[in-house]
Amino acid sequence: MAELTSRVGEIIEASTTDFVAQCYQLYQSPPLGSLVKTTDESVALYGIVYHATTASLEPGRRPIARGRDEASEAEIYRSSPQLLKLLRTEFSALVVGYREKEKLYRYLPAKPARIHGFVHLCPADEVREFSQSLSFLNILLNTHLPVAAEELVAASLRQMSQLCADPHVFLVAAGKELAILLSGDFNRLKAILGRLRQ
Amino acid sequence: MPENNEQLGIVISGSLNKGVEVRLDSAASVEDMAVGRYVTIEGEKRRFFGMITDISLGVIDQKLTLTPPDISDPFMAEVLAGTSVYATLHVLPMLTIGGGVTELIEGPQPVKTVASHFSRVNLASQRDVELVFGGEDERKFYIGTPLDMETRICLDLPELVKRSNGIFGKSGTGKTFLTRILLIGMLQKSAAVNLIFDMHSEYGWAGTSEGGRAVKALKQLFPEQVAVFTLDEENSRRRKVSTDFVVKIGYDEIEAEDMVLLRQTLNLTEPAIEAVYQLSRRFRRDWLLSTLQLKDSEETRELLKELSIHESTFQNLQRGLATIRRLPFIESHASTNAVEAILDHLDRGSNVVLEFGRYRDITAYILVANMLTRRIYAKYQERMERAMGEDIAPPHPLVITIEEAHRFLNPGIASQTIFGTIAREMRKYNVTLLVIDQRPSGIDDEVMSQLGTKISCLLDNERDIDSVLSGVSGKSELKSVLARLESRQQALIFGHAVPMPVVVRTREYGSADSYKDFLPAGAAEIRKQAEKDIEELWQ
Ligand SMILES: Nc1ncnc2c1ncn2[C@@H]1O[C@H](COP(=O)(O)OP(=O)(O)OP(=O)(O)O)[C@@H](O)[C@H]1O
Ligand SMILES: [Mg+2]
Repeated sequence: MAELTSRVGEIIEASTTDFVAQCYQLYQSPPLGSLVKTTDESVALYGIVYHATTASLEPGRRPIARGRDEASEAEIYRSSPQLLKLLRTEFSALVVGYREKEKLYRYLPAKPARIHGFVHLCPADEVREFSQSLSFLNILLNTHLPVAAEELVAASLRQMSQLCADPHVFLVAAGKELAILLSGDFNRLKAILGRLRQ
Repeated sequence: MPENNEQLGIVISGSLNKGVEVRLDSAASVEDMAVGRYVTIEGEKRRFFGMITDISLGVIDQKLTLTPPDISDPFMAEVLAGTSVYATLHVLPMLTIGGGVTELIEGPQPVKTVASHFSRVNLASQRDVELVFGGEDERKFYIGTPLDMETRICLDLPELVKRSNGIFGKSGTGKTFLTRILLIGMLQKSAAVNLIFDMHSEYGWAGTSEGGRAVKALKQLFPEQVAVFTLDEENSRRRKVSTDFVVKIGYDEIEAEDMVLLRQTLNLTEPAIEAVYQLSRRFRRDWLLSTLQLKDSEETRELLKELSIHESTFQNLQRGLATIRRLPFIESHASTNAVEAILDHLDRGSNVVLEFGRYRDITAYILVANMLTRRIYAKYQERMERAMGEDIAPPHPLVITIEEAHRFLNPGIASQTIFGTIAREMRKYNVTLLVIDQRPSGIDDEVMSQLGTKISCLLDNERDIDSVLSGVSGKSELKSVLARLESRQQALIFGHAVPMPVVVRTREYGSADSYKDFLPAGAAEIRKQAEKDIEELWQ
């Protein structure tokens, strides 16, 4: 079932501008820059994955190194299977738009996502539809994030371009949009363009 | 090359006086643009017609100029073009060509405002250009095509000849070819007759083009309407020109006033000119010959003393007069009257080309052109005054063509000579000038400002450019257009006969095909000859 296989996590923290989801499987977070969505009854929220972490389930307890006498990393997990239960992978997504009554909006929705909402990776068609307008770039560039916006923007555009009929045309159009948004900051523009090149 | 009606960009700023800045779309390449091109600006309420006068490059962020991006990366170059780096066109709007009621009824109107912000700017289409310089008819004559277009730019010739006009350009840029074309136009459409002082014998019968190839001239194309007069019969005969009249000048025809213009070429001093007047009062008509015959004697010294002419002044004068005496077409008494003969032809509506043959010497040219013009003008003046008083038909409007015009119209003499008078009086007496010159800065400012329409080929001397453009609105913009014309067969036309300044590639002249286009449909004989010429070319 497509529904199940595209499901990548469940929301455990939400605000107007972003949400955090926990992955069902360790290390299985969606790629940086990918477009994900979460749906409650009438509104679907779109987010772009900007950060992922894997850490101990209990905030106070850090994992300790265990591989000293093991031959490989896989051996560590084999000899201590409980580890998989003690760790978890989370990812954060920046809200970049929503869909309500079939209509797509590329700005913030009225309400944040709900806890325990399921998060899905968007299928190619939907990514193509979303990337027809690049106004979401403005949100990515202007939000203070733990990753450099240049990295995020480039990762996101690279992924979108892969799903386009002509990736080059898409990237040039996106580049031009960025050139306008970053008109006063050529160094930032250059950093992103350098990461877009195929 | 951009196609017609292609979108170029949008208006971003500007003023009525200085013109508007147009930001070029990223899709249009700056290297396809050219100054002198026409564009339309699609304002909200009206359409504007203008000309590109400058092209510049801009960057959004000055850092780009300090640490230029690596444009060997095609992706980078493509993204930056039109966004971070862009080109702007400077456009001088000249006319409104639609929208208002006046434009509908009276055609294009001078601009009185600018288009609003972000109005679209397109390359002018063939139709737009035609609307402005519009098609040939019984008044309008096709002179050339705008850059990169097939549309015909036409001049309203009856309007043109109402005032004196000038053709300028440095040597070898196509003044003579242009003049020939314009003369043909006047001959067909202006109702004026021409008198051409043809210094290099290239308007009446065959002229030459680059590489020595012969080109036809007026009389070969319009034998009925053109008479060739010559000062050098032998030369004309050798060139197999069928001449109508041999011009001789008698000493007794040269008057004191004729000497004024020669002061500079003959190196005469101011007192020497004074002396001419003294001597002509004393000896009357025979002053020139009598002065030349004065011997170095006591009697002469007495005479000079009496007329208070200084010895050295007299010698200066005699040296000058000796130069005149050496001109072979001067006789002690001419048996024919050139002025009468010219007037006779002009009255019959025939155009007169006076060729100088071997006598290209500037003294001969100035002397003859000045003498004949003074007398012909006096006749015109007399007849116009009579025509006004007695309600009879005035003489045909006359256009006099002179080359090396600065010799006749420089600031030192323009106020004293007949040519200065004609240029200033406009067409009070039905006479106007067509002046041709390669050094327009040598011409008196006031005369330049009186010229109705100026046609200028390439000029590269700053002072010449300034003098041609003085008093024109949009001068600094036109300057860059003028200085960038191609080195031949391109000209900037501005003034009365065109609704706005226009750069043309001058109509082709000199190929057998070109002659055919100049001839009226009726001229069967000559058309046949032209066709035969084409045949011969193929053999
Ligand atoms: N309309 C034209 N058609 C064809 N050839 C042209 C035309 N205009 C100029 N040319 C070419 O350019 C050359 C120079 O033109 P032209 O003799 O008219 O120059 P000019 O300005 O009169 O020069 P100068 O000052 O030396 O008299 C011609 O010999 C001819 O080859
Ligand atoms: Mg010439």
